[in-house]
Amino acid sequence: MKELLRASGVVLFISIVLLLINVKLNEGHVSSGNGSITVYNWGEYMDPDLLKQFEEETGIRVIYETFDSNEAMMAKIEQGGTSYDIAMPSEYMVEMMAEKKLLLPLDHAKLPNLKHIDADFLDLPFDPNNRYSVPYFWGTLGIAYNPTLLDGQTFESWDDLWHPSLKQQIILVDSARETLGMSLNSLGYSLNSTEAGELQEAKEKLEKLTPNVKAIIGDEVTQLMVNQEAAVAVTWSGQAADMMWENENIDYVVPKEGSNLWFDNMVIPKTATNVEGAHAFINFMLDPQAAAQNAEYVGYSTPNAAALELMDPDIAEDERFYPDESIRRQLEVYQNLGLEMLGLYNDLFLEFKIQQRE
Amino acid sequence: MGLLPMMNKMTPVRFLYAIPYYAWMILFVAAPIALVVYFSFLNLSGQFTLENYRSFFSPVYLKLALSSFWYAFLITLFSLVIAYPTAYFLTKTKHKQLWLLFIIIPSWINLLLKTYAFIGLMGFYGPMNAFLGLFGIGEKQILFTDFSFIFVSVYIFIPFMILPIFNSLDQLNPRLIDASRDLGASAWTTFWRVVLPLTMNGVKSGVQIVFIPALSLFMITRLIAGNKVLTLGTAIEQHFLVTQNWGMGSTLAVFLMIAMFLMMMVTRGNGKGGLFNG
Repeated sequence: MKELLRASGVVLFISIVLLLINVKLNEGHVSSGNGSITVYNWGEYMDPDLLKQFEEETGIRVIYETFDSNEAMMAKIEQGGTSYDIAMPSEYMVEMMAEKKLLLPLDHAKLPNLKHIDADFLDLPFDPNNRYSVPYFWGTLGIAYNPTLLDGQTFESWDDLWHPSLKQQIILVDSARETLGMSLNSLGYSLNSTEAGELQEAKEKLEKLTPNVKAIIGDEVTQLMVNQEAAVAVTWSGQAADMMWENENIDYVVPKEGSNLWFDNMVIPKTATNVEGAHAFINFMLDPQAAAQNAEYVGYSTPNAAALELMDPDIAEDERFYPDESIRRQLEVYQNLGLEMLGLYNDLFLEFKIQQRE
Repeated sequence: MGLLPMMNKMTPVRFLYAIPYYAWMILFVAAPIALVVYFSFLNLSGQFTLENYRSFFSPVYLKLALSSFWYAFLITLFSLVIAYPTAYFLTKTKHKQLWLLFIIIPSWINLLLKTYAFIGLMGFYGPMNAFLGLFGIGEKQILFTDFSFIFVSVYIFIPFMILPIFNSLDQLNPRLIDASRDLGASAWTTFWRVVLPLTMNGVKSGVQIVFIPALSLFMITRLIAGNKVLTLGTAIEQHFLVTQNWGMGSTLAVFLMIAMFLMMMVTRGNGKGGLFNG
């Protein structure tokens, strides 16, 4: 009994110490106030040098925190607690957060640099008139492949994935919208299709891809491609850029039938305590010089037309990441199709996954 | 069932002691189960419906259920086949508690970490393929196969199978074995008629502890099997995280609970009338 009491005492003591440390750690950024802003961004998604520049120019201190999924980010903002002044949700999450009233409307008068953004990337369906968001980076869904493992085979169409020589070679994304979307695109339909017939056709076409499918996974694909464990992957341009950074053999292509166009966006969540500073930060990031430096550091595609002019032409003219007009016209942003449709997409995707066994 | 009569028999003080237990049972056992059952009758717009149960009996979900059972069965079987002899030899070693500790230590390491380690080990250029290469077997696709899935799952569950079997073997009175041999039984007969029936309870708890979580595995199906093995767990995850169809997710969870309950009934450790007691 005495030992039990002593053990409980020790546990209690350690818990209290940890709790105190936790409180102390959180104290630093409970409120940003006027002298600082809290930026909530994806990991490795901003040149730290720019944060220093911004601090020097404006005298506003930047507290920088990172997240690794849209859902986790929204949960933290929904729950409050930390006063994030800037966050970087993807386009569907902007829509969702706006619906949940988690975002503050932007004051365009305080964002003169907004004019540098390519008009193609403004006023998109997920945020009409850019009421809540400004595009930060954009990208596509496409095919990453390693020609050295494929006797020099190259890709230009989604249909190339169905080639019989690719037995057990392809890695797909474990996500219904992406995988059915690519099948819809290969059939010439919209990846936002809500026609049951088209979706069924897309699923049946996917089933024919089964012999070529090596696995259907998530982010682990990057490592598998880098280590040459896999030769072909359907993946996002950002992930492809990471792969190419570590393995020079890998190439990326946006298939000619069209594909998904995605955005990460700067928003001011309702947790903001320094709205003025947040606008200043967005405006700073929209500055062509800063945007160019950031794009070269991060390696994703910038929506900033003026920045593109300043960048190394090798990067700015790379058609894999800045596809030409003809392909860009084929790209579509995912629309929010509603839960009913999302359910149908997932059921069809599940049917495709389960028939691999037969 | 027995809740009220038990309370009647209790003195006030004992009742006071029982409060935490009942609070726990109600808050963390009864209430969540009731909620899951309740949600299973709701459709996407929150209306009462039997639709989810009808969907469950569609070919897709039945196939999923069958595949979950099949793989859980295989994982349990292989765990048992490896664990029983291992536990048996452990009881015969000199420092058996130490050896047992070595088997338990890996279960202290985070599951996700171990799973990721296997991605490297089973890779095309990983150590497992290098080992096969020593015997002149060329590089094989190990990852994303049935084999890799069952291998990793068995590896993860095996300590939970060994522990109860080890305990029941350890508690076995050695004189019973001596008696059996003295009375002329062969080693095999002694094992089959004396040792195995007496350790059946350990086997049963091991089977329960492994089979039940194996039935709702999900993460390993993606990381190690590349979604070539699908289980109900995968579908539940999808319904809660992606489609936000909590109703369907709950319905699947209800079926898993029923399956687990049946499993508990079949393997109930009452000492007599078990599966193999002839």
